[in-house]
Amino acid sequence: MHPLVRWFHQLGSPPYFDRFAARWAPVSYVLALVVMAYGLWAALFQVPADYQQGDSFRILYIHVPSAWMSLFVFGLMAFYAAIALIWRIKLCEILAMACAAPGAAFTLITLATGSIWGKPMWGTWWDWDPRLTTELILLFLYFGVIGLYNAIEDRRAAARAAGLLAIVGVALLPVIRYSVVWWNSLHQGQTISLMGGSKMDDSMLPPLFAMIVATKLWFIGSLLARARADNLRREAGKDWVLRLSQGTPSQGRQSKDTLTQVKDRAP
Amino acid sequence: MSTPPPLLAARGLRFARNEQPVFGPLAFAVDAGEALLVQGDNGAGKTTLLRVLAGLLRADAGEIDIDGRPAAPSLRARAIAYLGHLPALKADLTASENLAFLCGLHGRRRGQLPDSALAIVGLAGYQDTPARQLSAGQKKRLSLARLWLAPTPLWLLDEPYANLDLEGINLVNRMVQAHLREGGAALLTTHGAYAAPPVRTRMLTLERPA
Amino acid sequence: MMRQAAMALVVRDIRLLWRRRGDALQPALFALLVVVLFALALGGEARALERVAAPVLWVAVLLAGLLALDTLFRGDAEDGSLEQWMLAPVPLSWLVLVRTFMHWATTALPLLVATPLLGELLHLPRAQLPVLLASLALGTPLLSLLGAVVAALTVGMRRSGILVALLALPLYVPVLVFGAGAVALAAQGQDALAPLLYLGAGLVLALVLAPLAAAAAIRIALS
Repeated sequence: MHPLVRWFHQLGSPPYFDRFAARWAPVSYVLALVVMAYGLWAALFQVPADYQQGDSFRILYIHVPSAWMSLFVFGLMAFYAAIALIWRIKLCEILAMACAAPGAAFTLITLATGSIWGKPMWGTWWDWDPRLTTELILLFLYFGVIGLYNAIEDRRAAARAAGLLAIVGVALLPVIRYSVVWWNSLHQGQTISLMGGSKMDDSMLPPLFAMIVATKLWFIGSLLARARADNLRREAGKDWVLRLSQGTPSQGRQSKDTLTQVKDRAP
Repeated sequence: MSTPPPLLAARGLRFARNEQPVFGPLAFAVDAGEALLVQGDNGAGKTTLLRVLAGLLRADAGEIDIDGRPAAPSLRARAIAYLGHLPALKADLTASENLAFLCGLHGRRRGQLPDSALAIVGLAGYQDTPARQLSAGQKKRLSLARLWLAPTPLWLLDEPYANLDLEGINLVNRMVQAHLREGGAALLTTHGAYAAPPVRTRMLTLERPA
Repeated sequence: MMRQAAMALVVRDIRLLWRRRGDALQPALFALLVVVLFALALGGEARALERVAAPVLWVAVLLAGLLALDTLFRGDAEDGSLEQWMLAPVPLSWLVLVRTFMHWATTALPLLVATPLLGELLHLPRAQLPVLLASLALGTPLLSLLGAVVAALTVGMRRSGILVALLALPLYVPVLVFGAGAVALAAQGQDALAPLLYLGAGLVLALVLAPLAAAAAIRIALS
């Protein structure tokens, strides 16, 4: 078997995933912080002020990566959910549900930074800008997935139901976006776009790339940490978890089930 | 001369809920003309086993064969009739109307009429009674009438004796007997306190760990 | 086989509706209530009302449909009928489609019939009524189909009211946008064909895809 395929199979084993996530989550976080430090420094101090918007445009270095992540994570969530539904792989159920909260957080950051960015231009904290309106609906979709996951008792059925909702959501998201853009053009004509319509100068790009990489790394760390926690919670009664909590290294042995006896006897 | 494959065969069947094993690994078979009695205390997994066999739940591991072929949903629907805890009767519809709907949904056994089925289960004259007005035992008998009309060879009965008096218990036994005589098979769950149907029966006992 | 099962389900639902005829009026009564509340809140003056009449009616119909969603699968889930549907020799998605159609016919059609009357209460300009009815005729089945997926995801849950609304509303947004937008275009004297066509296209897609999603959701919920 190809080593990559074998590694995927291994990853599906709960104790192996626990070790993998325990090692790589902190690494991701640290890398994310390093890259983010450079990105923010460059965004605040290195890049020259914008011709039209002055210094207030700098918030785009948080707003744009957050917006992309909010959409990317939703798509990733639906992807994991599809795998979980078709092949019933428990790890993908866990990963799909672990995407929800970070994705919602990115959406909230997008909305907050978008609102802050728009205030100088619109004069109000909220102007039904099509992109922000779509982000708001995306936030409701995230809340719906999280709410549904928490409302069902059986964890596996809950993950599958919430996953199906995520798939439906991702299929409808382009439709929602298109309808909101259409709605906006119908009622308000052209609004002042947040980006001002001007192309970004090359000198403004490096910090943006850095922030995009940093948010991705941060998300990977968050995903692994949450998935690890959910994995441990689900496997709580098993031997390897007990041994882990007692301090001995885990070995991944399953508990035996001595549950049933089949007796075949004549009436 | 080769023996026909069993009507239902299960191999290596396992099921777990919330990481707790419910049953498994199980292996058994039910031939035509045979009844399998599934015994066990409350919570031993009898209902879950029946729901897995019916196709309402998916087993975590193992295979189920119907008539020697892997159990696909279309195959299951044509082979299995399931009588669960809930009677699947609409309270506002009469006995006849309920039977008419269920027969329209599942199909009807050739040569059997809803009225004669009602007579067999002792509900003759109750055709126009709304199901709301039937007692628990009468509702059970109505479900048995629907079972009688089902065109499928395998019956999965979850606690068929519940809510029935002695006469009702005898009715179930007679029905199972007649069904087996015609080449069908039945799988019943029971607490074990009731007499088994007087037919060729095997027992499957599910026990929880000590 | 499929035709026989569909006929049996249709006959069953008609009989059930007939036995509880009063229940069929409830969505229409709720929409009337919403209209009254809006009129009271806006001050009852004709000029203020006629500007918002069509959007308010759209929201009233949408909310009434949202509340009626509870009855789509609840009864059948509670008495075990849904289980038997899963075991039937016809596809579960087919039964879901037929059931959703019957539910729409019994909850949304009365709303459509009541719309002209409700429009009068809000001083809806006569010219907007045909487009409003067309948008509702295309939009309400679409809402029912999308709602069926949400109802299927939450079937068997106690007290799921707010959660159902939270899940359904993002999915309802495009329908509301195109439906109310069609009437807005008509109000401006422009051609409302484009949004109506979008609704129609969405309806055709939903007729095929929504029952499949709802059937999958029912299987998950009942597992």
